[in-house]
Amino acid sequence: MGKTTVATALALSLSRAGKKVLLCSIDERPDIAKAFGRKELTFAPVEVEPGMFVMGMETEAALREYLKINLKLPFLGKLGPVATALDFVATAAPGVKEILTIGKICFEVRERHYDVVVVDAPATGHVVGYLSAPRAINDMAKVGLIRSQTSWMEEILGDAETTSALIVTTAEEMPVQETLELMVSLRNKTQVHLDAVLVNRVIEVEPSETENELIDERMTGESPVAIAWHLARARSAKQGRHLSHLETGVSAPVEILRVPEIVSQRASELVEAVAASLGAELT
Amino acid sequence: MSTLNELVGDAKIVVTCGPGGIGKTTSAAAMGVAIARHEDRRVLVLTVDPAKRLATALGLEGIGNDIGRVPLDGARGELSVAMLDTQASWDSLIRRHAPDAGTATKILNNTLYQNITRRFVQSHDYIAVERLFEIVEMNEFDVIVVDTPPSRNALDFLDAPSRMADFFSSRFLKWLIAPSRTGLATVATKPLTFIADKILGGQFLSDITEFFLLLNSMHDGFIARAREIDAILHQNSTQFVVVSTLEDQPLREAEQFAVELKKRSLHTVAWIVNRVVPEKLLLPGDQSDHDDLLHRLEEIPEPRRSAVVAMVERNRDYWIRVALREQESLARIADYGLDLFTVPEQAGDMTDLAALSTLGDVVMRSAVRRAGTTDA
Repeated sequence: MGKTTVATALALSLSRAGKKVLLCSIDERPDIAKAFGRKELTFAPVEVEPGMFVMGMETEAALREYLKINLKLPFLGKLGPVATALDFVATAAPGVKEILTIGKICFEVRERHYDVVVVDAPATGHVVGYLSAPRAINDMAKVGLIRSQTSWMEEILGDAETTSALIVTTAEEMPVQETLELMVSLRNKTQVHLDAVLVNRVIEVEPSETENELIDERMTGESPVAIAWHLARARSAKQGRHLSHLETGVSAPVEILRVPEIVSQRASELVEAVAASLGAELT
Repeated sequence: MSTLNELVGDAKIVVTCGPGGIGKTTSAAAMGVAIARHEDRRVLVLTVDPAKRLATALGLEGIGNDIGRVPLDGARGELSVAMLDTQASWDSLIRRHAPDAGTATKILNNTLYQNITRRFVQSHDYIAVERLFEIVEMNEFDVIVVDTPPSRNALDFLDAPSRMADFFSSRFLKWLIAPSRTGLATVATKPLTFIADKILGGQFLSDITEFFLLLNSMHDGFIARAREIDAILHQNSTQFVVVSTLEDQPLREAEQFAVELKKRSLHTVAWIVNRVVPEKLLLPGDQSDHDDLLHRLEEIPEPRRSAVVAMVERNRDYWIRVALREQESLARIADYGLDLFTVPEQAGDMTDLAALSTLGDVVMRSAVRRAGTTDA
């Protein structure tokens, strides 16, 4: 879908507009590191451009940081076996990973270390599990530190002024269906406000409709120009059907933004396109 | 020249692996339809999260966790389909492994259990493999085509059984359970319960402990099952097929799958590449293209005509670049040694069985694009 590229472009356009930005990758995708000429992302944010910081989420590191801040444990170094057990829980027991991840992000927002935190979230099926983690933990834990710690997270996530979601999709059947389903689960299971749906890689056939029909007729044979023409026309028609399906499910104030295929292919133009459609609203 | 049909000819299980959004589910369904139409075999397609219209085409709507028969006119074999219902599969797993009905009910009603199975990601991966095993055990199908859940990476799905086994054998679980069994906290559990108590709260801890105590009663069943599932995945008759498109991101993810499958010595036989643009785009272009275009579109008055021709040419140049990039990508993934099968973009959407049949024949019967070099 180009989710990571869009997140990177958004973060860059914000930092170039003078904001101090943290770009956080949850899935440890190599793309972000690569985009900034680095081998890998680290949990400790690195300033890759003036005002632009990147980090990769690591559950274990987030847990250590959490314990250090919240329990003020002086003997963290000696925790050996317990830490191992907790690390294990964090990877094996469902829910722990999600709450630690979302907790770390909310923490950065609460402490105002940055003007904006851009999160490259996990894929569609997984993101709601993260965003609803505070509520899920709340349902399970009736008392304790975790309980008292989830309310402020919910506040941050639920405040439209502070947090907004952007869905990145393409004009294809499954992505559109997943987008519509994700919108429903965001509404029902989380408090996060959806700002916009960005449709990436929209194929545009430029001439007018009457001209297109004439061209269709005249583009016979198997020359590259004819093959390319019919390919673009077929894909654009197919995308058109999926786009109208998407439009039926998206209503104001949620906006649909389109990024043309040709632009999606070039990183620098994508940054500008994203900046133009989103940057203004967020800065 | 071999076809995919010949490659998976004697497979009992065919698993399609790949990133999300590249037609993996559709490929799995099309393969199943093709096998059932042309061969006298009982075929089951196990899908995880089909697109709505694909589900309708297969008659999957409303069948829940059941297995449904798909009527295929003139088919030599039989086609059945099943969809994964995570919650229902977890519940039936608990019922099967619980030592008695009382324990099963306790687990099913435990809030923690419901939260874990409903909300969290990894429960999906485990249960998909588990459901596959359940169907294998039924012994009612000659070949099962499995569509894997869209995982962040291959590991999540493939390692689910052993991760589950690890979890049950973990010292952590024993620590957690030990104090409530003996009524005494041991020295080893002290720091853990201290931290857990501080962070999670005592009640949560006792909920969790109760839950794991209940689960622990099913310990042996779970471990034995996880091992059996792992063994089935490694059988010669279980074959893996990588599915992707040639776009950068999905292709990189698919390459990671190919590597992981090999590392785990799973039998990977082929790589299906979807939505490949026609290679004919790379035929040498006609030098007189431009004048020819102006001539062909003579009804459009100038200066508009030149502008339209320029757009048409820009479009051609764009798709030629795409085709070139795709050829480079195909050459690169040939290094993985798998047989490559390329599938052009289908004109229509997969809204009915006829469309799936057509696609199935394209996928299963067209010749290998590039033969693999090694025997995976």
